[in-house]
Amino acid sequence: MWCIIMNIGYRGKALELLKKYDVNIGDRILVKTKKAIFKGILMPRSEIGDDLHIVIKIDDGYNIGLSIDSIEYMEKLLEKVEETPHVIQKVKELLPNLPKVSIISTGGTIASKIDYRTGAVSPALTAEDLYKAIPEIGEIANIRTEILFNLLSENIVPEHWTAMAYAIKKYIDEGVEGIVVTHGTDTMGYTAAALSFSLRNLPVPVILVGSQRSSDRPSSDAYLNLKSAIFTAVKAPFAEVGVLMHASSSDDELIVHRGTRVRKMHTSRRDAFKTINSKPLAKIIGDKIEVYEPYKRRGGELELKAKFDNKVVLIKIFPGIPIEIFDFLIENKYHGIVIEGTGLGHAPEYIFPAIKRAIENGITVVMTSQCIYGRINMNVYSTGRMLLSMGVIPAEDMLPETALVKLMWVLAQTNDKEEIRNLFLTNISGEISERSEYW
Amino acid sequence: MNIGDKMEVRIGLEIHQQLDTSKKLFCNCPTILRDDEPHFTIMRMLRPVASELGEIDQAALFEFEKKKYFYYQGYYDSVCLVELDEEPPHEINKESVMISLTVALMLNMIPVDEIHVMRKIVIDGSNTTGFQRTAKIAFNGWIDDEDGRISIKSLCLEEDSARKISETEDYIVYRLDRLGIPLIEITTGPDIRNGEQARRVALKIGRILQSTGKVKRGIGTIRQDLNISIEGGARVEIKGIQELKLIPIVVDYEIMRQKNLLKIRDLIKNKPPPDGKIYDVTEVFSSTECKIIKKSIQNNGKVLAILLKGFKGILKEEIQPNRRFGTELADYAKVYGGVGGIFHTDELPAYGIKEEEVEQLKKKLKAEDNDCIVMVVGKEEACRNALNAIIRRIEQAYIGVPSEVRAANLDGTTRFMRPMPGAARMYPETDIPPMVITEELLNQIKANLPETFESKVSRFMKEYGLSYDLASLIVDSPYSSIFEDIVKKSKVNPSLIASTFEYTFKMLKREGIDVDSFDKNIIYELFMSVSNGRFAKEAITDILRWLANNKGKGIDDAIKALSLTPVDLTEVRKKAKEIVENNIEMIKREGEKATKKLMGEIMKIYRGKVDGKIIYDILNEEVLKVLKS
Repeated sequence: MWCIIMNIGYRGKALELLKKYDVNIGDRILVKTKKAIFKGILMPRSEIGDDLHIVIKIDDGYNIGLSIDSIEYMEKLLEKVEETPHVIQKVKELLPNLPKVSIISTGGTIASKIDYRTGAVSPALTAEDLYKAIPEIGEIANIRTEILFNLLSENIVPEHWTAMAYAIKKYIDEGVEGIVVTHGTDTMGYTAAALSFSLRNLPVPVILVGSQRSSDRPSSDAYLNLKSAIFTAVKAPFAEVGVLMHASSSDDELIVHRGTRVRKMHTSRRDAFKTINSKPLAKIIGDKIEVYEPYKRRGGELELKAKFDNKVVLIKIFPGIPIEIFDFLIENKYHGIVIEGTGLGHAPEYIFPAIKRAIENGITVVMTSQCIYGRINMNVYSTGRMLLSMGVIPAEDMLPETALVKLMWVLAQTNDKEEIRNLFLTNISGEISERSEYW
Repeated sequence: MNIGDKMEVRIGLEIHQQLDTSKKLFCNCPTILRDDEPHFTIMRMLRPVASELGEIDQAALFEFEKKKYFYYQGYYDSVCLVELDEEPPHEINKESVMISLTVALMLNMIPVDEIHVMRKIVIDGSNTTGFQRTAKIAFNGWIDDEDGRISIKSLCLEEDSARKISETEDYIVYRLDRLGIPLIEITTGPDIRNGEQARRVALKIGRILQSTGKVKRGIGTIRQDLNISIEGGARVEIKGIQELKLIPIVVDYEIMRQKNLLKIRDLIKNKPPPDGKIYDVTEVFSSTECKIIKKSIQNNGKVLAILLKGFKGILKEEIQPNRRFGTELADYAKVYGGVGGIFHTDELPAYGIKEEEVEQLKKKLKAEDNDCIVMVVGKEEACRNALNAIIRRIEQAYIGVPSEVRAANLDGTTRFMRPMPGAARMYPETDIPPMVITEELLNQIKANLPETFESKVSRFMKEYGLSYDLASLIVDSPYSSIFEDIVKKSKVNPSLIASTFEYTFKMLKREGIDVDSFDKNIIYELFMSVSNGRFAKEAITDILRWLANNKGKGIDDAIKALSLTPVDLTEVRKKAKEIVENNIEMIKREGEKATKKLMGEIMKIYRGKVDGKIIYDILNEEVLKVLKS
């Protein structure tokens, strides 16, 4: 959000007018229009606005838009604005000997500061900022922060996963008790899966955390999520990659989802993240962690395998899907195709020749289900059996997105067809279960 | 007593009016309040967002320090994810913008060229987001009052807050039905000079709002806040005045309060301020008979006290009727400490506290005769917060009147609510695109402005022959549009229709009948039936009473039940003849006056079934026949 506000935003006629009177964003200005005289601070303009208005913040705090056609005169004012008395918040002294936690920030604004003068919202990312925003953290951990990227999560690509894995390794080598990674929520599930595969034999928990309501609002889920993520990084007995978010719409329970099993299932709710086809890692209520077996215990030597093959795609089957999609992938020498098939793992018969040709051309083809819930079983219907005989690999009860990330990871490990199949069908990080549990 | 005399008083009004739109301001939920069992409840917490400088608004911090959490109740079919703060707001409701612009133009205001929605930080839980969405629509207007022109500073369109259902020490329960109902906020300049004028201006603005026909009516749909400052005093905001007639009383009582606080300032100026020491005196009351203290001690509570040197009698000083300086201190203790109230030695022994306990208390604190001891009872932390707040309040008393937000009591006195917020903490609502107000749109609204109260009253007098009083009543009432509807479509006398709404309804209300729940269609049918001669106008009251007691039934049922089936007029004439024949002597003696005397007898039979005027005419004809013969 903050980038919208920080953006100058003015263009065309409005920008010309501002130039003419030599006024800039943040200046206190006087504007005379055909109707009245206004005093206020010139505000940035959102990029969705037109170029026919300027925005000023008048003295009672409101923003109003003034039509440039009605503006007769403008000037910059040098008068001082009266400051209102305020309470300066002090950072509390840290307790000694607190466990160390590293917070790696990749984007999204897990904590924010507002400049009420201009209305600009900026991320609060330094350790001091975070202690200020969430004073309770000071009683849980001695935190250090690193801004690795500042990316909207839709802009994250596999190279970023690799960079994150290396950053995590660096802090683990320094001996932290746990790691927190702040992340935009859109693709947090993909990153969680990627880190799950990259960080082999993980000795401490790595907790990904985001927020569904931006942290510039008092109701943001960011505070509780971040505080609990730090708490989990310190206290959890498991050493796995988890995604920590709200369990429900209420601010009481949090869930740590296993990185390979989690999917964003709602566009906007706080409890958008759900564990699919499995139990989560843990539930957190207040200062209690309820952990679900089985999980990997803390300890061991981290082994980094953080390479990914970019030439893999995820294709959703739909009625009438054009066969040419596969031609493009074959011609451009893609290495892997994850199909999000219908039902138990099916696709229309008219694309079978294309799938066959893809496999013959050395492309690994994997079948998942667009049902999201449940396991692939390609033996029940003839279409499934035909796909199996062509060499399509059934992805068991893996999420389509996890299967995509896993295939990228597997293909970066080996070129051998047999090894690819074996590795893909081996449970690496809790992404596959032998039993489909009833719950 | 004319309290306002000789002292400069400046009063500003802030009026909040709910709009009667079909949808809420930022989502498509209906704008209805519900009293049925809520379908779900969620729990939330709020925290202030730090600003660039690490500063936090005083009012925001005040709420956060209470560390309360919030429960929100909702209904699946009338509260959506937007009210739950689980989905971004939709675009601003156009109908609400149109109504706001209409009111703005009627108040001679200048609309903004482009509307920007802002977030105003409010973290008492009344908004699930932690802010109220609000937009400036217009400014710089005026209305004329008989004592001069009053400026209208600002008109904002904002979302109403959630409804508080209950509160405990730890949490507050809100209902989400009200959250998001569009609300117009109109602020006048501080140009009002007395309470009566404030009432008049509020009434005038209220009538302009009502003239749009698009505002909600009834308790809680319009709220008046007052800003009062007095020479030598301070600006005080008084919230929650529900009735216009209370405004002059609130103003007078506030002037009284500020004057009395200045008097107390002079009384205490040579006395030492509190030393800040808090004493644990729980021991003194270990075997007390005071129920409140006994119960608290049983629950691991404490009794803490402070000593005020030379303050004897000060806490008994009256500030407003039945409110003393001690009451002001108790307000602070309640709000900041959440304790039930205070005890002080000016009023002890009492409440089961014995003389010996007071003596022991004085001894323990080394109090002298002209000192005062203030005590609070409860959990230790609560007691400390309460006493620290009292100490701060007493320190302010040396300066004079603290600037603060107060809540109006039902009798017009006020109580402390919270400190005055700093300059409103506002930042842009980036989820909602700005809305351009074009000249065409304004011209279109200007061409269709609703009738003002005054012009509608004179039109009703002229067109419908109503008296000034009846016309004013019906224009002011929620029935004015159905009134005109019925007048246009029926043959019933407009005065009868208006007086049914204004007098009959009020009479029935006094009988305890819920007239507001009458279905508009039934009222309409009622008058059409009178118009068609199905029953006489005299029966209206009985029918309404019957309908109120027989919910779900219609006019036909009422006619049957009250045996109001129309009577054949030849039967009436037969009866009239009969009565006349029995009274020949009297008729010959009294002449035409006899008709009136005989009306009572015949009306006993036909009241409500036949129009009285028709009966009179028939009876009179028969009387005249006798006189002519």
